[in-house]
Amino acid sequence: MSTITTADAGLAAKPATSAMRIRLRSYRRAAVSILLAAAIYEALARAGMFAPALLPTIPTILRTLFSMLADGTMVWHASYTLYRVLFGFGLAMTLGIPLGILMARFRRVENFFLPLVSALMPIPSFSLLPLFLLWFGIGNMTTILIVFYASTFPILFNTWSGVRSVNPLWLRAAGAMGADEHKMFWKVIIPGASPFIITGMRQGFLRSWIAVIGAEMIAASQWGLGWVIFDSKEFLSTDIMLASVAVIGFIGFVFERVVFGALERATVQRWGMVRIAKG
Amino acid sequence: MPQIEVKDVSLVYDTPSGQVQGVKDANFTMEASEFLCLVGPSGCGKSTLLNIIAGFLAPTAGEILIGGKAISGHGLDRGVVFQDFAQLFPWRTALGNVAFGLEMKGVPKQERDEIAMQQLRLVKLERFANSYPHHLSGGMQQRVAIARALAYNPAVLLMDEPFAALDALTRDDMQRLLADVWRETRKTIIYVTHNVAEAVYLADRVVVMTPHPGTVKTEVPIALKRPRDPLSHEFLDYQKQLLQDLGEGVSKAA
Repeated sequence: MSTITTADAGLAAKPATSAMRIRLRSYRRAAVSILLAAAIYEALARAGMFAPALLPTIPTILRTLFSMLADGTMVWHASYTLYRVLFGFGLAMTLGIPLGILMARFRRVENFFLPLVSALMPIPSFSLLPLFLLWFGIGNMTTILIVFYASTFPILFNTWSGVRSVNPLWLRAAGAMGADEHKMFWKVIIPGASPFIITGMRQGFLRSWIAVIGAEMIAASQWGLGWVIFDSKEFLSTDIMLASVAVIGFIGFVFERVVFGALERATVQRWGMVRIAKG
Repeated sequence: MPQIEVKDVSLVYDTPSGQVQGVKDANFTMEASEFLCLVGPSGCGKSTLLNIIAGFLAPTAGEILIGGKAISGHGLDRGVVFQDFAQLFPWRTALGNVAFGLEMKGVPKQERDEIAMQQLRLVKLERFANSYPHHLSGGMQQRVAIARALAYNPAVLLMDEPFAALDALTRDDMQRLLADVWRETRKTIIYVTHNVAEAVYLADRVVVMTPHPGTVKTEVPIALKRPRDPLSHEFLDYQKQLLQDLGEGVSKAA
């Protein structure tokens, strides 16, 4: 049998550094794109075509940003917004993932919920905002529910698709090895559907992040990034608006690239279930 | 008493274009530790019959007895290896895959890792215990699948063309390895293949099936001593005989 073992020797040992290099390169590329866009903006702001109060320069925005960070107001705004997003997003995952799995596993559940999902999914969460305002008033309840509505469907839908596309051989093999319904669920279906579930979470988070800003403009008072942007228009504070927009972009970027990126690298990428694009 | 009895097993499929007889009145018996190959052209129902024995499909008539008891559904007395490399769980390492059945049985972690490691050693993959399947070659993945099916110690191993998707050289290695594993473990093995040389190399007895409908045509005991030499006259004679048996069946059906 020596032929087999020698042939195998070169396999499985992959260069560990290549993934690191690829990641660094992608960060560098991202930085170049962002810096270039910033330079164009700065040139426009200084060109004098618009009133400086309407189009503040980047140094002005940064000064405002740092002073708001220093006095803590921006931290509070961001914390409120994050709290609402994470709360609503957490609820959406709690409902969306189990329901998506049940729909894919049981015909009756699917028969009942699929028409509902299809009817509710295309409704923009903002169209419910006035209704929620009447029901729950201004505050966390309304904003959290808007976030919840916005992010449930992508999570639900992707989970449902993911479970339906779990390789039947895995189920067969696990069944032959004595997996009961409970073990099948946790040890086979969830990891087997994980590329889709993670995609659903990514899309869901993005939708919540968009929804929360809009909801806060109307249904928040005193705190929240959406609220502070909307409130700033009363005082023509475009620097505060843009500083808040920068914070929104930054937090969104961190979640998308760092949090979900790390989740993917630690799971589905490591397992070879999704691959990094080459070339 | 024979260990496995396949008694008058038939299976009828419902398809959109009507009923199709997949397997018709299949009969054979097996002794413990016997290596039996089911050989036949594609569509002869050999994989279907294996899936019935595995318990994935219920026969429309007849029954299968293992150790004298009629089976219903799959059970831990049978381990299964499929043709597709994708049968391994990509989110588990080679060791994690092999330990899966033991985990389902509730064997404590340390003990099941030890047993899984022994199984990996049996298929000569102990150095790749911590590799994920996507880092392993096709032949290595199939060896992990064999180790996985053996790990919880089933009496019977059911294999559905496990080496059909491998290149010829790797397949030869795999056949030698399987013959070694069988000699060491003394499992009862049912092995489905359409490759006559493979059947003569591995089997104690070959069951020849013919299609439309899938029936057992004949049984050929292979009385060659092991390890077998695929280039010997006797080996080639057996191949010739099996090809003849298959050829008659096919032309009759056509």
